[in-house]
Amino acid sequence: MFDFTKYWKIYAAISGTVILLGIISIVRWGYIYSIDFVGGTNLEYQFTPGVTEQQVKTVLDSQDVEIVTLESRSANTFFIKLSAIDEQKEATLRQTLQTRLNSEVTVIRTETVGPTIGAETLKKTAIAAGIAIVGILLYIAWAFKNVNFALAAIIAMFHDILVVVGTYSIISHFFGAELDTMFVTALLTTMSFSVHDTIVVFDQIREYRKHHGIGYIEEYANKALTDTMVRSLNNSFTIVFMLLALVLLGGVTVRYFAVALLIGTITGTYSSPFVATPVAVWLEKRNMKK
Amino acid sequence: MKYIKYLFIALVALLILWIDLSRPIPIKFSAFGREVNTNIPTLAFNIQMGDRIVRKEFKTQLGLDLKGGSHLVFETDTSKVTAADLEDALTSARDIIERRVNMFGVSEPVVRTVQSGDIYRIEVDLPGVTDVAQASSLIGQTAQLHFKEKGEQTEEEATQSAGLAFLDLKKETGLTGKDVTKASVVFDQQTGQPQVQLNFTSEGNKKFAEITKRNIGEPVGIYLDEMLISAPTVQQEIRDGNAVISGNFRVEDAKQLATAINSGALPLPIKLVEQRSVGPSLGAVEVQRSVIAGAVGLAMVLGFMIAYYGRLGIIASIGLIIYGLITFAIFRAIPIVLTLPGVAGFLLSIGMAVDSNILIFERIKEEQRKGKSFESAIRIGFGRAIDAIKDANVTTLLVAFILFNPLNWEFLPQFGLVRGFALTLAIGVATSLFTGVVITNRLIKTFYTYK
Repeated sequence: MFDFTKYWKIYAAISGTVILLGIISIVRWGYIYSIDFVGGTNLEYQFTPGVTEQQVKTVLDSQDVEIVTLESRSANTFFIKLSAIDEQKEATLRQTLQTRLNSEVTVIRTETVGPTIGAETLKKTAIAAGIAIVGILLYIAWAFKNVNFALAAIIAMFHDILVVVGTYSIISHFFGAELDTMFVTALLTTMSFSVHDTIVVFDQIREYRKHHGIGYIEEYANKALTDTMVRSLNNSFTIVFMLLALVLLGGVTVRYFAVALLIGTITGTYSSPFVATPVAVWLEKRNMKK
Repeated sequence: MKYIKYLFIALVALLILWIDLSRPIPIKFSAFGREVNTNIPTLAFNIQMGDRIVRKEFKTQLGLDLKGGSHLVFETDTSKVTAADLEDALTSARDIIERRVNMFGVSEPVVRTVQSGDIYRIEVDLPGVTDVAQASSLIGQTAQLHFKEKGEQTEEEATQSAGLAFLDLKKETGLTGKDVTKASVVFDQQTGQPQVQLNFTSEGNKKFAEITKRNIGEPVGIYLDEMLISAPTVQQEIRDGNAVISGNFRVEDAKQLATAINSGALPLPIKLVEQRSVGPSLGAVEVQRSVIAGAVGLAMVLGFMIAYYGRLGIIASIGLIIYGLITFAIFRAIPIVLTLPGVAGFLLSIGMAVDSNILIFERIKEEQRKGKSFESAIRIGFGRAIDAIKDANVTTLLVAFILFNPLNWEFLPQFGLVRGFALTLAIGVATSLFTGVVITNRLIKTFYTYK
C-alpha cells in the first residue's frame, strides 16, 4: 500500500505554485470580459474577396465606433469587438465596409449586449453561483455528517475554484479566452465534480471505519485512496477524452468552455486524494489529540 | 412470463431506435420472387381522437446557434402604462410582434415576454434571419393604421389597375391610427357578423368626413402594417364619425384587430437591448464539428474501457451506447432544443455516465478479491456502488437545477446557452443513473458468467 498522506508537502507545493501563478495572473492581467457581462458588440464578417486587417481598421477608424479588438480569424474572416452599437449602426457599418473596400461582406455572427443587460447578467450569474455554492455546502454538511470531512471537502472545492479561476486568467491573457456566462457554468460544474470525486474517497474511508472502528485514520485513508485511485483516474480519463475531443475538434464557440471544464476535471480529480484527504486526516488527528 | 418481459424490452428498444431515426431508411430486396422496395419512415404520430388531432413528430431541434438565426431582446418602456394595464399591454405588444414576425415569413418564430425585476422584455427568436437591422425595424415600427384613397390618377394608371381594384389605393389620406380614440368590437345588427367600430377624435371626425365626401362611390382602404384589412366602398359622406371595419372576421379576429388598432403603434415603446445572430454557414460548421468531436470522444472512451476492463469493458460499452441512444431519444421526444453548450453538456454526461460503470466494476472486483463468489460479488458490489453513485450525482443535479432555473425565477440567469447546457447535463446524468444501474446490471447478469 502506497503511503499517500506522507508526501503532503509535495502536494502543497504543486497546488501552491499553480494557485499562486493564477493569482499573480489575475492581479497582473485580469481577464478579458465577454460582452455578456460588460456589454458591447461582437461582429464576425467574412470578406470576398479578402481584405487586409489594416484596410478594415482604416474604415472602422473613420466611423464613429470604439474598437476593442480586431483580429483576423480563418480565411478572410475578421472578428471585430466594439463598444455596443445598435443594429442600424451595424447595418451602416457593414454597408460602408462593403463599398469602401469593394468586397462582399457575409455575416458569420453578430452579437450586441447592452451595458445594462450586461450588468444584470453579471448580478444574476453571481447570485446563481452563490446559491449553488451554498447548496453544495449544505449537501456536504448533510452527506458527511462529520465536520472534519465536510471541512476538508470544502477546502478541496475552494482549491479547485482557485485553480480554475487562476488558470483561466492565464489562458485569457495568452489566448484571448473571454470570461463569460459559460465560464461561470464551467466553474459550477467543476465544483459539483470536485465534491462528487471527494465523496467517493471519503465514502471508502467511512466504510473502513465502520468495519474496523475508529483507529488509524491515516491507514484507512491510504487504503481508501489505493482502492479508489483506479476508479478515480479511469473516470477522469473518460471525461477528459470527451472534453479533449471537444476542445480540439468541437465548435469554436464552446472551445474555451470545454477548456475550463477540462481544467476543472483535472484539478477535481487531483484534489480528492491530494488535498481533501490529507486535510481530513490532519483534522481528524488533531481532534484525536485533544 | 419471462418471454413477455423480453418481448417488452425488445419493443421498447425498437421504439427508442425508431425515435432516434433521423431520416428514412430505404429497404430494397427481393424475396420469394417479389421485389420489395419501401422505406422505414421516421417516427411521427398523427392520431385523431374525437375532435382532437394529436400530432407528434420526432426530430432533433437545433438552437439558433446551430441552425442560424437571430435572437432579439427588446426592452419595453412601461413608464407610461398603469400597473393595471401592464399585463394587457404586454400581451398585446407580444401579439403584435408575433403578427409582424409572421408577416416577415419566418418559420417557427418564438416570441415571449420575460420579466426581470420591474423590467419587462420581449424576446424574439427568428430562425434563418440574420439581417438584424431589418428585422428589428420591422418589429419596432410605429404608425400602423392608415386610410388610403385612390386619389388623382392618370388615365393610364386607371386602366392598368382596373383589374386590381385594391392595389391602386396608394394615396395617404392623412387619417391614421393617431386620429382613432378607440376601437371596439360590435356586431352587425342585420347579419350578426362581428365588426370593428372606430371612434375618432374631433380632428379625425373632420378628416373622415372629408375623405368620405370626396370618395363617394370609390373604395377607401384601411391598412394595418401595410396589410389591407378592409376596403369598403363609400356610399355617402359620413359626418358622425361612425366608421366600421367589416370583413369575414371571426370574433377573435375582430378582437385582435381592435386591440391592434387601440394600441396604435406598439402599446409599449420598445428598444433593442440584446441581439445575437448566427449566419447559417457557421451553424452548419458547428453541427458538423460537434458530431465529429462526439464520435471521436466516444470512440476514445469505448476503446479505453475495452482496453482496460476487457469483457466488462465491452459490456460497459454496450451499456454506454444504449445510454446514448436513450438520451438522444429523450431529447427528440420532449423535444429539447439542442444548442452548442447543450451538445457539450450531453458529451460531458456521456463521459460521466461511464463513471457509474467503473464504480460498479471496481466494487465487484474488490468483492471478488475478498473471496466472495461471483454471484454475491455482483450483488454486494452493486449495492455498495449504487450508494456512492447516487450521492455523487446529487451535486451535479443540484448545480444543473440552479443553472437551468426551471421555475424561471427572475433573480437567476435566464439565458438560453447556460440553460441548454444545464438541461442536457441534467437529463444525461439522470438517464445515466438509470442505465448505469439497471442496464449494466442486466447486461452483466446476462453476458458475464464466470468460468
